[in-house]
Amino acid sequence: MLRYFLKRLGGAIPTLFIIVTLSFLLIRIAPGGPFDQEKSLPPQILANLQSAYGLDQPLWVQYTRYLRSLLHGDFGPSFRYKDFTVTELIGQGLPVTAEIGAAALILALTLGMLVGILAALRHDRPADYTLMTLAVAGIAVPSFVVLPLLGLLFGIYVHWLPVAGWEPGSMRHLILPIVTLTLPPLAYVARLTRASFLDVLQRPFIRTAFAMGLPMRVVILRHALRPALIPVAGYLAPAVASIMTGSLVVESIAGLPGVGRYLVQGALNRDYTLVLGMVVLYSAILVGMGLLVDLLYAWLDPRIRFER
Amino acid sequence: MTETLWGTARRRLLANRGARISLGIIVALVALTVMGPWLNPNRVETLDWSFVAADPGFVHAHWFGTDRLGRDLYVRTLAGARVSMIVGLVASAVSLSLGLMYGAIAGYVGGRTDDVMMRIVEILGGLPLIFFVIFLTVVFGRNEYLLFVSIGAVGWLTLARIVRGQALSIRRQEYIEAAIASGAGTARIICTHVLPNVIGPVIVYATLTVPQIILLESFLSFLGLGIQEPRASLGTLIAEGAGEMEAAPWILLAPGAFLTLLLVCLNIFGDRLRDAFDAGTRR
Amino acid sequence: MTQDGATLATLRTRELRVDHPVPGGTASAVRGVSLAVGAHQCLGVVGESGSGKTQLFMAVMGLLPGSARATGSALFQGEEILGLPPDRLNRIRGSKLAMVFQDPMTSLAPHLKIGVQLAEVLVHHRGLSWRDAERAASSALDRVRIPDAQRRLKQYPHELSGGMRQRVMIGMSLLCEPALVIADEPTSALDVTVQARILELLRQLRAEMGISIVLISHDLAVVASLADRVAVMYAGRVVESAPAADLLRRALHPYTALLLQCLPDVHRLRTDRMPFLAGQAPGAGDPERGCAFAPRCPRATDRCKHERPALVDVREAAEVACHHPLA
Repeated sequence: MLRYFLKRLGGAIPTLFIIVTLSFLLIRIAPGGPFDQEKSLPPQILANLQSAYGLDQPLWVQYTRYLRSLLHGDFGPSFRYKDFTVTELIGQGLPVTAEIGAAALILALTLGMLVGILAALRHDRPADYTLMTLAVAGIAVPSFVVLPLLGLLFGIYVHWLPVAGWEPGSMRHLILPIVTLTLPPLAYVARLTRASFLDVLQRPFIRTAFAMGLPMRVVILRHALRPALIPVAGYLAPAVASIMTGSLVVESIAGLPGVGRYLVQGALNRDYTLVLGMVVLYSAILVGMGLLVDLLYAWLDPRIRFER
Repeated sequence: MTETLWGTARRRLLANRGARISLGIIVALVALTVMGPWLNPNRVETLDWSFVAADPGFVHAHWFGTDRLGRDLYVRTLAGARVSMIVGLVASAVSLSLGLMYGAIAGYVGGRTDDVMMRIVEILGGLPLIFFVIFLTVVFGRNEYLLFVSIGAVGWLTLARIVRGQALSIRRQEYIEAAIASGAGTARIICTHVLPNVIGPVIVYATLTVPQIILLESFLSFLGLGIQEPRASLGTLIAEGAGEMEAAPWILLAPGAFLTLLLVCLNIFGDRLRDAFDAGTRR
Repeated sequence: MTQDGATLATLRTRELRVDHPVPGGTASAVRGVSLAVGAHQCLGVVGESGSGKTQLFMAVMGLLPGSARATGSALFQGEEILGLPPDRLNRIRGSKLAMVFQDPMTSLAPHLKIGVQLAEVLVHHRGLSWRDAERAASSALDRVRIPDAQRRLKQYPHELSGGMRQRVMIGMSLLCEPALVIADEPTSALDVTVQARILELLRQLRAEMGISIVLISHDLAVVASLADRVAVMYAGRVVESAPAADLLRRALHPYTALLLQCLPDVHRLRTDRMPFLAGQAPGAGDPERGCAFAPRCPRATDRCKHERPALVDVREAAEVACHHPLA
């Protein structure tokens, strides 16, 4: 088991490394610099700025400096928000994003599995069809349509929930954003769970369980559930990716001060270090999720623990 | 009478109500996009100062209403739809060709090359590619041709995997050995034998890729990182509408409804198409 | 029925049919089978794939897919179990009536330890505590001659060999001391040497526990070693049924005779070509006209092509469905 984990870890680290390197190179090679958008500066000031940010050093030196500071958790200064480092910005925004992201993920997983199992048990009956059609809608309708629509419905026409804005500690402002983020992964998990359940129920060992006179409840919970969850576990990392992507839109529309909004702003302002830092952060999170999923697989299917 | 694979798939597909309805809606939307503007006297750029942010109606010939600058929403929505669809198709074509070639080569050549190529796909697949597209827009600026290429470059992974699987199994077939024995080169074999036989899955995934790409483009345009003013795509229109939601909700609703309908129907149709081809594996 | 009618048969089916809806109509996997298994008896059921031998007993166990319809009667210890509601059925199957399946690789849950899969049967049927159940599971493993039972209980199915897994399945079926065990091709997925040992195990268990066994196989040799009585099935019907010794010595139905000829015989040197059966058995969806075996039968006449032969008593305790039986 330990060996399995270490092997996976060994695969993850190079991945991260490649991403960081690629991102770094792309930025440095790109045409134009971070100062291009401002009115053309006198060459002297430009040179000073470049030197202050270390941009006049050879590429190799910049790279090693960057790597070293990364290992210290330092993403460098923001090119736009002159008083802040990227790390500080991330520190401010991450809790917000993490809060809505985690809530959305948990909701999507639990509700999605419930819906999926329900649809599988009511297979080919009206409940199944309606649920699955709703699921397609959940996947296809973009978050930037859903959130304004929900805002329209619940905020403007019915005045139940605030449409945008944010107060520290306020839950009400987070409800619509969380719902918006939850819908696509929920729909996906529901579809996956349903299909996987139907597949597992066909397998011989389920037939054995029924032949042994075990009641339906036991067969589903003890025999069918864990194998059926394997594809769902495989979807965990994409689910997180989907929520991350959704947070860009949701935070921008709802005005939430999370890292998603910073990323968008950074992209619009061509704030190189901020965007680079965000990409590295998101990639690290996803690689970490991947590792977690690998561990989860081993629990769901014991055969994997023994892989050489 | 035996049926060909295509025949079976087509029969199952057309028999399915969901497939027929969604296909019908897609065709209607495309027709509307192409011919709709002729039905309305307004032009895309016209600013009608007498009807700023007006409600939809028939009296003033602004069927979907107007926006903050007095531009007719009906025509703008259809124009935006046109842009989104074109980007969707072109970027999909780029994406699919990439995936097809990559997968065919990896699967056919096999061995070490295959391992390396698939490892790359695996790594790239684990990352949210949207961030890389955003990254690219930061790096290279908001160039619209770049948009096509970067979006297209992002969506090829799934198809590459599928095509590779097919190519692997095709490689073992006897007619390939015959071709090799008769001296055909690798490139030739890939073009004449492998590619035509993987068309099936390509078509299925094409129908599923197109909505993904349209979504990606709308997403970027919504955030301001894609299509730029004064050209409109559904994404930019929706962004405008979101800002005006309280005062003039139809500015959001028209493009929003169009995009939603288009994406949902493309997804449903793509699903049914995939089911129809998977006929053998179903119960 | 030419059967020991004095004592109540453990299992008796009457005109059992199994139909599946297919596009364009119905397919009949089993077209009306009546047979019986007595107490302490072993009935061998032989037939090629598609003969309906498995479907027949899936119907008895209530394991058919939802769309299938089973009609007729199946009496288990005098009680009708066809169409019994699930909760009643669940009290019988797994305890008094058990089934062992063909493929031990996939018939055990891969994510549960052996001990758990055995113990839960006892917990459910006998109301034992988990600890007592695990202890009983250990004795079950001993009974099927698996050494080092304590260690095995903590292992997962994939850590055991095929033969051992099959023993576990047999042990599982015996946990509640059943009256009848249905073994569906219990050795088909195993090596020949392991096959012999499993069959030997079944023979010993029958002697020790007095259970009845139904042994389903496509291989007459497998059945011959264990069965008291053999029923041969073809295209969803029984075509011959007789005491095992009689059937093996002198078959009545041409199909059985051909099956016997196909058995490799170590003692007799053969210089002629290996006999084989040309053609294919009719499928469940094909309509019946006359005797189903007629197209492949060397003794077929016009009457065989138009008139389906009924199953009739012939000799003592033997019945056959043929217009021109041998002998």
